[in-house]
Amino acid sequence: MRPILMKGHERPLTFLRYNRDGDLLFSCAKDHTPTLWYADNGERLGTYRGHNGAVWCCDVSRDSSRLITGSADQTAKLWDVKSGQQYFTFKFGSPARSVDFAIGDKLAVITTDPFMERTSAIHVKRISEDPEDQTADSVLVLESPEGRKRINRAVWGPLNQTIVSGGEDAVIRIWDSETGKLLKESNVEDGHKKTITSLCKAADDSHFITGSLDKTAKLWDMRTLTLIKTYISGVPVNAVSMSPLLNHVVIGGGQDASAVTTTDHRAGKFEAKFYDKILQEEIGGVKGHFGPINALAFNPDGKSFSSGGEDGYVRLHHFDSDYFNIKI
Amino acid sequence: MAIDSMQRATNNFRWGDDMEEEDEDLGFLLPPKQVIGPDQNGVKKVIEFKLNDEGKKVKITTTIRVQKRQLNKRAEERRSWVKFGDAADENSGSHLTMRSTEEIHLERIRAPGSKVEEAKASEDNMSQSGKAGAVLMVCRLCHMKGDHWTARCPQKDLLSLMEKPSTAETSTSTGTGNASYVPPNMRGDADRRATGSDMRRRNDENSVRVTNLSEDTREPDLRELFEPFGAVARAYMAIDQNTRMSRGFGFVNFVSKQDAQRAIDKLDGYGYDNLILRVEWAAPRPN
Repeated sequence: MRPILMKGHERPLTFLRYNRDGDLLFSCAKDHTPTLWYADNGERLGTYRGHNGAVWCCDVSRDSSRLITGSADQTAKLWDVKSGQQYFTFKFGSPARSVDFAIGDKLAVITTDPFMERTSAIHVKRISEDPEDQTADSVLVLESPEGRKRINRAVWGPLNQTIVSGGEDAVIRIWDSETGKLLKESNVEDGHKKTITSLCKAADDSHFITGSLDKTAKLWDMRTLTLIKTYISGVPVNAVSMSPLLNHVVIGGGQDASAVTTTDHRAGKFEAKFYDKILQEEIGGVKGHFGPINALAFNPDGKSFSSGGEDGYVRLHHFDSDYFNIKI
Repeated sequence: MAIDSMQRATNNFRWGDDMEEEDEDLGFLLPPKQVIGPDQNGVKKVIEFKLNDEGKKVKITTTIRVQKRQLNKRAEERRSWVKFGDAADENSGSHLTMRSTEEIHLERIRAPGSKVEEAKASEDNMSQSGKAGAVLMVCRLCHMKGDHWTARCPQKDLLSLMEKPSTAETSTSTGTGNASYVPPNMRGDADRRATGSDMRRRNDENSVRVTNLSEDTREPDLRELFEPFGAVARAYMAIDQNTRMSRGFGFVNFVSKQDAQRAIDKLDGYGYDNLILRVEWAAPRPN
């Protein structure tokens, strides 16, 4: 395959997201403008100007009309996808690290970093149908028991009943999204040993995968939080994604960005590694980035995937036909 | 909805496009723009004539493959959205997006069907070194003893470029008694020890040509058909560049020559997908 290279960002990529139809791709980077691309030919459709810091995460509503972004400028913003206009800003006292729309797009979960005397927190906000009625009030605020440790990712569980979070304390937590009660925690033996960097849900919300700096990615049951599979990568994992079509898991990472210039480029292993989801066996790797991979996303049709690296490039890969016949 | 993709410009013509507007005064002298196709293969040809800096007429032929893709209604509507933000003031052929010039493959950790071969090779090593009375398992890359074979060396990636470890060292001791130089390909065991640059030659030698294949046959099918005869190093189906359809023939490279011969004996004249296969040794590549 010949990947499409998109050089719209001047700083390292942080997050990639497809809309549900798989025709749009949103990219976030440490420069201040999230960007919208056509997912088939990689043409830039627009940018969302207004943030004043690195943008860490984004999510798009199911009907592809609204975008929410979380940024290091201590805000999360709601945008009109089509025009690039922002229509609401949630202000926090600390950087917003992760955002996720609930099923139905009526709620959103936003996590904030520990900053000054503030501890990390998970905020649940109501997203109103009419942008005019939007308010900044939180429906629920969850305080992590390890308040000084950052929460890197929080997503909604099945039927919006739970919120799943993971972060620097390497513990995955499942919260009740109504009462805010902590329901489950991953235990020490099964859980990650180092910071959880990424978390990705399966299309049917039955399971999810987490990537960690302890060089593994783990597959969990979303209701019971039982460990299903472990994928050993050999390099710190920054991004994980699951194919919606085949039983494939893709893991991206590489050595710490600060060590890149001091070692041979082959030691970095900046490839997106494909694993068989069930056999936990590595299938192969897709190379091309000049730096660690920070973001990975599968197109909802499973026929293409994109990766975003520390090198500022988004690489959009449309699979060749032989990919679909891979046998182990 | 048609999306133009895979632009293959026959000459390096890119940003100069919009500069040509200045030559409008002479433009009427040039033949009009010609668009041929798209033909049944979806290949469209655009022939334009331009005047270059020296005032000479330049013919520009651009070949475009037009792919038709189904999009849902909402996605199609989004296709016509107006660009916004920083993208608003750029033309469609922007320099931000480009197709990689490099073909990137999903690099398999282990080539399919190589399991058997690997096992065989390590057995060979084991018996050879056993005879020589040497220490078992010495990694030639990191010189670690008793831990792993060279092929499994964790530092393989890093060291492989520094020097290609030649297998010649081992062969000279076991090889011919006289001291005169014998080129590697003339040595007795040349057939067995094919590594590195020899790999290509060996592959060519054990290459089997399969013709009269049905159009639905794909490389995995070919592999499936030939794998019962022995380890297959490569299966290749010839595909028409324009139509993306099978051209009805392919090549299969076996790891060992005997396996290839057996496959030829068995499969030549074999009925596959209602067609009688013709399987024969591939003609050596003209160099």
